[in-house]
Amino acid sequence: MNDTIAAISTSLGVGAISIVRVSGEQSIKIVNKIFEGTDLSKVQSHTIHYGKIKDKDEVIDEVLVSVMLSPKTYTTEDIVEINCHGGISTTNKVLELLLTNGARLAEKGEFTKRSFLNGRIDLTQSEAVMDLIQSKTNNERKLAINNIEGRLSKLIKEFRENITDLISHIEVNIDYPEYYDIEIMTTEKIREIVKKQIKELKYLIKESENKEIIKTGIKTIIVGRPNVGKSSILNNLLEYDKAIVTDVEGTTRDIVEGNIYIEGIPLNIIDTAGIRQTEDIVERIGVEKSLSLIEDADLILVVLNSNEKLTKTDREILEKTKDKTSIVIINKNDLEAKIEIEELKDRNIITTNTTSLKGTNSLKEKIKEMFNLDKIETKDYTYLTNARQLSLARLSLKSLEESLKRIEENYPLDIIELDLKSAFDNLGKIIGIDYSDEIIDNLFKNFCVGK
Amino acid sequence: MKYEIIVVGGGHAGCEASLAASRKGHKTLLITGNINNIADMPCNPSIGGPAKGIIVREIDALGGEMARNADKATLQIKLLNTKKGPAVQALRAQADKVTYPKEMLKTLKNTNNLDIIEGIVEHLLVENKKIKGIVLDNGKEIYTESLILTTGTYLKGMILVGSEKKSGGPHGEKPSKYLSDDLKKLGFNILRLKTGTPPRIDKNSIDYTKTTIESGDNIIHTFSFDNKAYYNIDNQVPCYLTYTTTETHNIIKDNLEKSSMYGGYVEGIGPRYCPSIEDKVVRFSDKERHQLFLEPESIDTTSKDYGNTIYLQGFSTSMPYSVQDEMLHSLPGMEKAKILKYAYAIEYDAIDSRQLKQTLETKLIENLYTAGQINGTSGYEEAAGQGLIAGINAALKLENKEPLILKRSESYIGVLIDDLVTKGVKDPYRMLTSRAEYRLLLRNDNADIRLREYGYKVGLITEKTYNKFLNKKKDIENLYILLKENKITSKKEVNDYLEQIPTSKINDGITLYELLRRPEVTIKNIAHFINLPYDKEIQEYVETNIRYEGYIKKATNEAEKMLKLEEKIIPPNIDYDKIPNIASEAREKLKNIRPTSLGQASRISGVNPADISILMVYLKRKNNE
Repeated sequence: MNDTIAAISTSLGVGAISIVRVSGEQSIKIVNKIFEGTDLSKVQSHTIHYGKIKDKDEVIDEVLVSVMLSPKTYTTEDIVEINCHGGISTTNKVLELLLTNGARLAEKGEFTKRSFLNGRIDLTQSEAVMDLIQSKTNNERKLAINNIEGRLSKLIKEFRENITDLISHIEVNIDYPEYYDIEIMTTEKIREIVKKQIKELKYLIKESENKEIIKTGIKTIIVGRPNVGKSSILNNLLEYDKAIVTDVEGTTRDIVEGNIYIEGIPLNIIDTAGIRQTEDIVERIGVEKSLSLIEDADLILVVLNSNEKLTKTDREILEKTKDKTSIVIINKNDLEAKIEIEELKDRNIITTNTTSLKGTNSLKEKIKEMFNLDKIETKDYTYLTNARQLSLARLSLKSLEESLKRIEENYPLDIIELDLKSAFDNLGKIIGIDYSDEIIDNLFKNFCVGK
Repeated sequence: MKYEIIVVGGGHAGCEASLAASRKGHKTLLITGNINNIADMPCNPSIGGPAKGIIVREIDALGGEMARNADKATLQIKLLNTKKGPAVQALRAQADKVTYPKEMLKTLKNTNNLDIIEGIVEHLLVENKKIKGIVLDNGKEIYTESLILTTGTYLKGMILVGSEKKSGGPHGEKPSKYLSDDLKKLGFNILRLKTGTPPRIDKNSIDYTKTTIESGDNIIHTFSFDNKAYYNIDNQVPCYLTYTTTETHNIIKDNLEKSSMYGGYVEGIGPRYCPSIEDKVVRFSDKERHQLFLEPESIDTTSKDYGNTIYLQGFSTSMPYSVQDEMLHSLPGMEKAKILKYAYAIEYDAIDSRQLKQTLETKLIENLYTAGQINGTSGYEEAAGQGLIAGINAALKLENKEPLILKRSESYIGVLIDDLVTKGVKDPYRMLTSRAEYRLLLRNDNADIRLREYGYKVGLITEKTYNKFLNKKKDIENLYILLKENKITSKKEVNDYLEQIPTSKINDGITLYELLRRPEVTIKNIAHFINLPYDKEIQEYVETNIRYEGYIKKATNEAEKMLKLEEKIIPPNIDYDKIPNIASEAREKLKNIRPTSLGQASRISGVNPADISILMVYLKRKNNE
């Protein structure tokens, strides 16, 4: 009960701000390790601090951190909340850093459970707490069932089986040391197998991160000078699918304009706060200022006016977005084309005008094509973006890398195996397998030992 | 006639149970089928092995007898897994099958408060769910406060060779025919288990030149922390190694339907880790050969049973006699070998160990305890460990004292008992190092540090032994201080030596303690810089603890976290039907096993973390009400 737990406490993907909540005795100490700014151990309770989350020297995100000291907090324990701005992969990275620095990933409903166990929530609410744990678990179970059919889940199972084989081989050497016929699992052989697993697991994690987009949506930003027709394009897109424009909880934050769905994948169209009031963000804060938004986005829609030659601002925007996933929308194609179209030949181009539904359609087709949306199996959506599973995969990867390090340092088998076991356990948690005799069963299945 | 504690069965569990009970001052009776078979080793002539050897050390730390007795009977001994790391090292000795029982019987006979009689127990006397006594096969009743059943393979024991099946024990003894029926009537679930043993060969009929010799270590080892060795290091009795051949495999395949297993004559479930040779040939058909160890059973040539026999480890079978002969003669070195005792399988009844408490008292009948094979385990060491705990707890209960329940994080015996009462068994349970989650804490070298205190507290460790232990602890502490207080500096001769080890050179001064934390540095290297006036045992203990400090700490932290769950007691009268949110599978398991703590509950398969959370919330609510 005394361990410190952490989790992303906002729903993922929607909204630009995600909160990572940390609760427990060590929460301030742990956050301090990755936070550059004020020393959080010296601040007053219920205060907010600006700073950076760093992984060694690399800045992960600029954040606001709220510190709430025991006992006047939700769980009655020390709580730190990190407000991240950097989108889902940065938020996950922040969570991961917390986990690697001593926090444990919170179970479903665990903050609420602690709140109850520590007497913060009224006795009459305990039923509700139990219901909450159960319903969250049911969701998890449903997820787990989906996962069993999922392609990725199969992969994880495979990884785990490889590690099971490796561990039971080590175990059989340990428990039956005088079976000379059984191949000895030397550290050299372990190294080769672990290296291969690391490579595959890394690939899997990377792939999953890419596909986080599927659940969290494609964070799309529209940029362009004033009066090129950004709003109308936005409105057209929204209008087009009016029936499924949603008001998902959390999307009402200032900068998310709305979601449309393409092949079931949400396109979160993001505009800068207040853009509709001023209409000229580029001039007001300048191209430099919108840079961070461009950095964050999964997709950038650059809007240009067909009827005008490219301006300095246009060129700046084009330059900034040239290595990004972007679509250049040449608007107002119903007017005379004055734009230097040949300069844009390397870009994805859509021409449209405010009254054309066809343009909006081809824009959607283009997005579908760029994100491979029709190739993704709908079944996999929820699985791929589950932060818990991703963190566990990352923890497994970390353990595997750790075991390699131990091999290099000439540690004995039983120590190296501790890290392998921990990778094995975490992979098991991903797919909800918790069967402690698995290795022993595997050992007797694969090796011929006995009196 | 009335006793405080009666122990039924004189095997390894029974010996430890009756010694613990009587040494703790209780009037104890040991009932055995045959006094000459007390502490018999009907299977391997060896004690210990990975994990099992550590159990023997734990028994010694707690004040049991097995370690000392094994030391007296050692023919050869090895420390296994020395190259695989600190957590998995363990001792295994070839033990003399004549000396071991003889020495144990001597000890039993010299123990105060302990009577031994021969007899077969056929019925239990129970009143109001409390044990009152036993009835022998001759009708005689004996009364007792507390009863420990260590019946081994004798509940409806049945010997099988080929298609032959006869009631009895390994030496043709009488089994108990009705006791398991009594247990069934009292509400125990009865399991039918099976185990087997290989043939014994006339040691003078073997051509050893066709085998490979297997010797003991050239360092003195003992199981007991008394460190008293009885064997001559230069005169250890060797074992030999040979292999099956294609011919052997063909003979087996041709005669498969004649074996009791494949012929369908066996109902019991055999241990997975002791497959018979026919099993091995069938299941691992791609293997060209299987290795066989030739283990001498005794050097006492005057012994009728064991004096001239070699135990052929790896060759257990339930084939008929004639096929066994044929199989044997196909082995290199065994062309003319003679079988003195044929291989056999044995079937017996056991109880469902989930019907036991952590103390090894049954949940159904007060003051009735069980230990050893009756609980579904296999192995001398596993039996002895349980016997000791059952004996201690039966006695503690009579003394109105808290029971001794060893934790998973402090002993293999704790792992064993917790597994038994939480998970139950399907096939005979053998201890393996991989069953322990904190095995870096459960080492061969620290069994006394872990458990001696308990042994002293329950009264099985003498003042003298305890003081010796306290001195050892003091020495360990002093060695730590010495290492932490002494520094080496970056002088040339220092760095030259470090380079030689080889390990990286130093630029600033570091303490010897810090130096020892490097994985490549040993305590012997440390001795280069400073005089270490401590026993080798102490030096090695400190070396392991310092070198693996990070990992040990991590394991300790995890164990402590688990311990917090262990401390959350589930009231015995909890009504799981009143907790609506628990998943139905978990509910059934919880109702059946009735764990005593949240920790134990969390180890039940099918009870997942969410159920534990719900249980935790429910208990808290109950508490508040």
